[in-house]
Amino acid sequence: MSETTYLDAIRQALFEEMERDPAVVLMGEDVGSYGGAFKVSEGLMERFGRERVIDTPISESAIVGAAIGMGYAGLRPVAEMQFIDFIACCFNIITNYAAKSHYLWGAPVPLVLRGPCGGGVHGGPFHSANPEMYFAHTPGLKIVCPATAHDAKGLLKSAIRDNNPVLFFEHKFLYRRVKEELPAADYTVPIGKAVVRREGRDLTILSYAAMLHVSLDAAAELAKEGIDAEVVDLRTLLPLDRETILASVRKTNKLLVVHEDTRTGGIAGEIAAVVTESAFEDLDGPIRRVTSIDTPVPYSPPLEDFFRPNAAKVVAAARELAHY
Amino acid sequence: MTTPPLTREQCLDLYYFMRLNRELEEQMARLFRQNKILGGLYSSFGQEAISVGTAYALAPGDWIAPMIRNIGALLVRGFKPREVLTQHMAKFTSPTQGKDGTSHVADLKTRHVVAPSSMLGDLIPIMTGVAMAGRYLGQTIVAMTWIGDGGTSTGVFHEGLNLAAVQKAPLVLIVENNQFAYATPVERQVPLKNLADRARAFGMESANVDGNDVIAVERAARQAVAHARAGNGPVLIEAKTMRMRGHAQHDAAEYVPQELLDRWKQRDPLARHEKFLTENKFWDADQKKEIDERIAREIHSDVEFAESSPFPPPESAAQGVYCDGCHTVEALWRRSKEEAMPPRSSEKPVGREMLPPRAGGSSPESPSKPAKKSPKKSPKKSGGTKIPAKAGR
Repeated sequence: MSETTYLDAIRQALFEEMERDPAVVLMGEDVGSYGGAFKVSEGLMERFGRERVIDTPISESAIVGAAIGMGYAGLRPVAEMQFIDFIACCFNIITNYAAKSHYLWGAPVPLVLRGPCGGGVHGGPFHSANPEMYFAHTPGLKIVCPATAHDAKGLLKSAIRDNNPVLFFEHKFLYRRVKEELPAADYTVPIGKAVVRREGRDLTILSYAAMLHVSLDAAAELAKEGIDAEVVDLRTLLPLDRETILASVRKTNKLLVVHEDTRTGGIAGEIAAVVTESAFEDLDGPIRRVTSIDTPVPYSPPLEDFFRPNAAKVVAAARELAHY
Repeated sequence: MTTPPLTREQCLDLYYFMRLNRELEEQMARLFRQNKILGGLYSSFGQEAISVGTAYALAPGDWIAPMIRNIGALLVRGFKPREVLTQHMAKFTSPTQGKDGTSHVADLKTRHVVAPSSMLGDLIPIMTGVAMAGRYLGQTIVAMTWIGDGGTSTGVFHEGLNLAAVQKAPLVLIVENNQFAYATPVERQVPLKNLADRARAFGMESANVDGNDVIAVERAARQAVAHARAGNGPVLIEAKTMRMRGHAQHDAAEYVPQELLDRWKQRDPLARHEKFLTENKFWDADQKKEIDERIAREIHSDVEFAESSPFPPPESAAQGVYCDGCHTVEALWRRSKEEAMPPRSSEKPVGREMLPPRAGGSSPESPSKPAKKSPKKSPKKSGGTKIPAKAGR
């Protein structure tokens, strides 16, 4: 059996859900004939037709707005942001309309808004964003950040079947860099559940998306020094899986959070608050974080490398914490 | 397109809804002064012909998304005064159980109403999506929404109309030009004499109508709805009117010249329609009295209901953020699902040269040319990221 890339896993999820349910439609810029900027939707227009794979004008608010309306009429629309950076163009209709619709009006919005996020590919300051935390502060949304091909497929299927607006952040660094064998049968991965990727005793490294792989690399490096790190993949940022986070911290008594998002207002801050509120007595050291620095994402490779976390930065922070 | 005249009963219906609209809002103004309506109260006094006449032109399965001055449209679509009253009075019995106010109500399943928000223009792409979904499902619905003169300057107004036009979506947009966006007169918002001309940028049909003549409004809306329903694309109707009260109850609107108000008072839509009914001998004084008394009774009993309704239990504030299966998402298929599924839905890839020529545009390229799979790249989205195909890990 052959391995499937993260990108192909996403395409498979779209393909299989569209085969399963004619209410599933895809819309976005260049998603049809062209197959999407990253070719995620390649072949879908040919198979499902232009009524179900809809090329739109460059109008992010109209894309999301139309998807909300389609959801109201009983469809299950998937809307693509060509790069997730452009989600800022439709911030209002996501946060003020889609997110509030069920709470205020009892009108569910079964919308998936997906697109490529993240850096590491020298996309520059407008094609590398990690905007998840703008939205993690918005009740009513769900935020999913898969790190593996298996999760990308299973979580996207869950997102499509969910009755709520789900923001699905696909890390573009992972599109063709991670792959694995996937189950042949239909499967889903539940939204809102973190998973322990590596068992360990000495400290917990909490991460998600591309930084999960950086954290696993770091854990392998730390093992050579006799430091046994547990690595937890958050997978969903909203709603946050407090139980899995707290269980791991209660086991290792030390916590390091690693994310590619910038430092101030990143999810690490919220996790630190959750842990100090609920597991303060279990902590044997300060909660530490390795994050991108508080700047826009710079373009030039040495600048971007300085900006983002990497395994060496994680190892250094984890070593210090382990010896605290 | 010929539009048959309305029957006597229909003309009386229009009176009933306009009068109900006005009396209900006048009642709510009293409740506001008694501190029984706590938040904003936005009057449509003098604009009732637009809400009522446009919504009246729709068929039962059609969808609407009203704005704050479209209580009349809600009434036409079957909302009851008690729903409007409890909503404004923040009661637990309201359509939103006290979570939202004004006309912000939805009823997707039965009356096909989408809620407005205060961010102007959002409803245009949202209703375009409803219209596109309806067409996809094989329904023959029309989606109608409203916007004020001020709202036509938002970005999403233009994004939404452009999408509706390029998709030929069965959407009807009513632009209620009531001369003021809060305190700013229309001539300082828009460099156009007619807001209907906004439609020209999108190559879509538009019309202008006297918004204080309910018969004319209904006729224009009926024609637009028929045009959209027949698959000819969206229509924008500008209805000219005057906001006779402040932006909301708190606003004395001293910035509006009295002379302007006096002029528009002569054109009051209810007085005009009453005159129309009398001149056509559609009613007599007794029949008018009977309708007016029916409305008074209806409002009286619904005010009692709303006043005696409880406020929501405080802890209900924490409920309902997510849909956990409490609502269903179901599409109403009016064509065979098989048509929407492979192999029947499948098609050949379409390159630029295989698309039909645009109306009035240049002729297509040579059909013998092989289909190229790399159409235009927008300048905005330039700098595409290259990712090596090789798996790095």
